[in-house]
Amino acid sequence: MQAVLRKRDDRVAGWLFLLPVLVGFLVFYAYPTVRGVWYSFTDYSLLNDPAYVGADNYRELVGDEQFWNALKVTAYYVVVNIGSQTLIALGLAALMHRLTRSVVLRAALLVPWLVPNVTIGLLWAWLLDPDLGFVNHLLGLAGLDTTLSFNSPTWAMPLVALVNSWAYTGYTALLLYAGMLQIPQGLYESASIDGAGEVRMFRSITLPLLRPIIALVLVVSLIGSFQIFDTVAVVYGGKAPIPETRVIYYYIFQQAFTYFHMGYAAAVAMVLVVVLGVLTAVQMRMLRASRSDLG
Amino acid sequence: MLKRASWLALVAALVVTVFPFYWMIRTALTPAADLFRDSTALWPSNPTLINFTRVLGLVSPEEARAAGGSGAEIDFLLYTANSLLYSGLIAVVQTLCCAMAGYAFARLRFPGRDLVFGVIVAALMVPPIFTLLPNFVLVKQLDLVNTLPGLVLPSLLMTPFAVFFLRQFFLSIPRDVEEAATLEGIGRWGMFWRIVVPMSRGPLITIGLTTIVWSWKDYLWPLLVGKAEETRVLTVGLGVFLQQSPNRAPDWTGLMAGSVLSVVPVLLLLVFLGRRLVQSLNFSGMK
Repeated sequence: MQAVLRKRDDRVAGWLFLLPVLVGFLVFYAYPTVRGVWYSFTDYSLLNDPAYVGADNYRELVGDEQFWNALKVTAYYVVVNIGSQTLIALGLAALMHRLTRSVVLRAALLVPWLVPNVTIGLLWAWLLDPDLGFVNHLLGLAGLDTTLSFNSPTWAMPLVALVNSWAYTGYTALLLYAGMLQIPQGLYESASIDGAGEVRMFRSITLPLLRPIIALVLVVSLIGSFQIFDTVAVVYGGKAPIPETRVIYYYIFQQAFTYFHMGYAAAVAMVLVVVLGVLTAVQMRMLRASRSDLG
Repeated sequence: MLKRASWLALVAALVVTVFPFYWMIRTALTPAADLFRDSTALWPSNPTLINFTRVLGLVSPEEARAAGGSGAEIDFLLYTANSLLYSGLIAVVQTLCCAMAGYAFARLRFPGRDLVFGVIVAALMVPPIFTLLPNFVLVKQLDLVNTLPGLVLPSLLMTPFAVFFLRQFFLSIPRDVEEAATLEGIGRWGMFWRIVVPMSRGPLITIGLTTIVWSWKDYLWPLLVGKAEETRVLTVGLGVFLQQSPNRAPDWTGLMAGSVLSVVPVLLLLVFLGRRLVQSLNFSGMK
């Protein structure tokens, strides 16, 4: 039977099966990737034809303070967002894992993930409205005189990061929870017989065995986190964000579609490709180094 | 003690997750005139559906203005339909095309297969904004801006992730059934549609659902390519609505009504397919 299968030649069928995906890939992934690299070496305004300018865009970029600022605030965003989201999600997942298998609870935690970031941005812009926002009302009740606002240079970025953490923590928690379900229940039972408490079990069973899943979740959410755009595009009423929240995606968007510096925008995007590539490579290496003890 | 504190923490998380949505609905049911008076009320003093009817374009512009609208044309009924069409079309076509490719990569033997697969997986590393700029230029050159084809084409046929995910899945299912079918003389094409696809309903629905959710949330691409009224999806509609509302006092009641509309369809998805969706979030199953 093996021989029958091995002799089959799928040369024609194989490429036919691939055809739609190949067309999509070549036209909308490969071709634009090549084109994007080319644009980054040109002066291109969408109206003229791209004119080759060598490394000019990259030279300009090195001295461009707004670009460095965009990188910096994006990094700040990623750290606050990924940090808070992963920690809270880990806690939530552990609680669910030890307490309940409720599908309703999990579904409820998933709701913010289903909702467009645009909606989430609007909702929180409303909740944090300086005059009528309910959150600021609560802060007032608690006796705090801070008014949180997306226009505050100090609070803007942490707020944007926390809003997105709010939206994605449930989703992340469910990913981690699914990983925890793979851990043999017997380990907890015997640890419990040996007198280990819940905290101890979390630290010596759950965490070590969950390491690969945590690493994978980190890789995926980190790359996603760099793509922050919708929220800052919305919470300023459709106007440009303040410099403290002008993230790299928004900066590229602005360069390309507000100022029509297509070539320059492509160069900035190239930098993002490199940054993400390096980060992913580093994380993958750490991922390999952190194989679960479960094997 | 610890157990009680743990439950408390879970309930707190639930409240923090759900309450903002409650507030969204509460605001959508509040007449614009009562926005200030009711700003801290848990339930509007005069609940109304006018915010929904006016953003859906069901009342005259005068009535809409009287209810707090900016008077600009806004038609969330159309935007919802566009969003459904956009995400539904992408989810169905993309899932089927990627399933075919995933199957070929997992099962068929032909020269160049692994190289092509490697190149596609490498594209996972490219952030969407990088291809978005040239894709916009391409769609513009093809004169497809503000058309449905322009909107859906770039993600209609594939995403590297779906190809990768489905290939991994096809690798994990046993070959016996297919081998038996081969002996019966069924060709590759018939085998795929009559045997493999029905057998793989679960993962196909999973990837389809995930695709629907992601395309439902899309903003940047539709904003660039489909900003005109006829092709506006919900997210873009909300953005435009926001820009039209006066600076000092945004039309919050209308905006929240529009927001509710962007939540309801995916919420229905969760209600009907929740178990499947919840169970699909499983990295550990991805070998």
